[in-house]
Amino acid sequence: MIEIRFHGRGGQGAVVASKVLAVAFFHEGLYVQSFPAFGVERRGAPVMAFLRLDKEPILLRVNIYKPDHIIVLDPTLIRAVDVTSGLKPNGWILINSGHSPETFNDLKDFRIATVDATSIAIRNGLGSRTNPIVNTAILGAFSKASGLVGIDSIALSIREETPGKKNENAKAAREAYEEVKF
Amino acid sequence: MKRVITGNQAVAYGVILSRVDVISAYPITPQTTIVEELSELIASGRLKTKFLKVESEHSAMAALIGASTGGVRTFTATSSHGLAYMHEMLHWASGARLPIVLVNVNRALGAPWNIWGDQSDSLSQRDTGWIQLYCENNQEVLDTIVQAYLIAETVRLPVMVVLDAFVLSHTAEAVEIPSIEEVDSILPPFCPDYPIDTQEPRAYSVITTPDYFLEFRYKVQKAMEQVPEVAKKVDDEFKARFGRGYGAIERYGKEGAKVLLMTSGTVTSTSRTVIKKLVEKGLSVAGIKIKRFRPFPSEEICEAIQGAKKIAVIDRNLSAGVGGIFAQELRASLYSREERPPVFGFVSGLGGRDITPELIEEAIQYTMEHPQPEGDIVWLGLKR
Repeated sequence: MIEIRFHGRGGQGAVVASKVLAVAFFHEGLYVQSFPAFGVERRGAPVMAFLRLDKEPILLRVNIYKPDHIIVLDPTLIRAVDVTSGLKPNGWILINSGHSPETFNDLKDFRIATVDATSIAIRNGLGSRTNPIVNTAILGAFSKASGLVGIDSIALSIREETPGKKNENAKAAREAYEEVKF
Repeated sequence: MKRVITGNQAVAYGVILSRVDVISAYPITPQTTIVEELSELIASGRLKTKFLKVESEHSAMAALIGASTGGVRTFTATSSHGLAYMHEMLHWASGARLPIVLVNVNRALGAPWNIWGDQSDSLSQRDTGWIQLYCENNQEVLDTIVQAYLIAETVRLPVMVVLDAFVLSHTAEAVEIPSIEEVDSILPPFCPDYPIDTQEPRAYSVITTPDYFLEFRYKVQKAMEQVPEVAKKVDDEFKARFGRGYGAIERYGKEGAKVLLMTSGTVTSTSRTVIKKLVEKGLSVAGIKIKRFRPFPSEEICEAIQGAKKIAVIDRNLSAGVGGIFAQELRASLYSREERPPVFGFVSGLGGRDITPELIEEAIQYTMEHPQPEGDIVWLGLKR
């Protein structure tokens, strides 16, 4: 079983990202379980979402305490919350950031990948300049860095699960796939 | 068609596939997205169901009592304080023998405020004359709604379908969604016994003196007594059609196990992983899932526990002054039997705290190590 935790801010689409990634893995024949942090969400406040995937049916119905990988939608969260809490050694930390992975050398126990999902989102007209929607771009980067899920499955899932701008969202994911650094 | 959907979306699909005529509901977390999903479909014209907007849960149930008396299929959903607010109308629905289906997303009742999973809401309605069915995963949620209408309309009693807050309601997983034609093939339209008809005027639920009231309640009890047989037939037919059946209870794990673990809702799902691991280690343990809480499946349980030396029950609910409600019902079921293994009543996970594999293993370990529990309640994961 693989467990993934998303860190974002309320309104950034972390919960949708978890669902879109779940559906991508589902298309590749895996069992999936996607859920938000069970709480009261507020715009701008740190939020989390979770994803389990397995070749067998998933019976475990509890929170994820020791994720295999982490996806961070907002780089300011790296210093604001303990994003690596419980993260297994050698797990991926994928960060939405214009900086290179070496910038985050203090997280050296883990594998770091970065992608400028904010610029990609703005360039593709997703959200606004002050509030870009980065959740689809980051998934394209996850596909490339982790090698766990194909970019075509991500694009298909985006088309099915996003309410609007399906082409732009899918394009953003493909651009992030090409631009991610690790 | 298989789709990745949340438990609340599974509820909405179950309602759509059951061709419900009238919905009335008032939003409350964590039930809200059920009503959002259904009302959006109705507003856009894609679902030809009448949605009655109300100012409270009490009115929602009252509206459905009227609609169901009129002879149409009805649905509502609620949680926690909303269900409590319906309380007197719940009695009325069963007394009037109306086959209303209600989904309750389990949530704790305040004070203090809490929006998370806890079965105290549905279990505190156990004496209202409603059938109660608990679900373990999103597939079971969808399937149980279709089965609920079949059972309700056969025995003429309302059914409450229960799912855990967030752990099911807001969690997405793959669910097989049958076509509406497939569901039509097992669920015929609702045919009321005495629908409102202006050509043949009748009075409904008029004042009934002590001369006859006892007989009305006797008939409710007799209808409840039909449920095990009716529900089994419905489940068997459902399984023959769709390949999925659930039973009133399910026993899993080691044959002839000495220690049993009884659970309900999503705790069963997590318990399956624990029991599997312990059986592989060579321990003599098995699990019992309770799906149907009302009428309580005493016969089925007594058959399933034969040979067991101890039974552990994990309750995510509390009847203060007594203990866990499933444990209490189990003790009552066992009393008239010759074989009465000690019941270890664990209370855990109130207000949505995780019931982790570690806690479940701790409960089984405690049960194995103690000849008798140290009290009617054994608290699990309590911060002292």
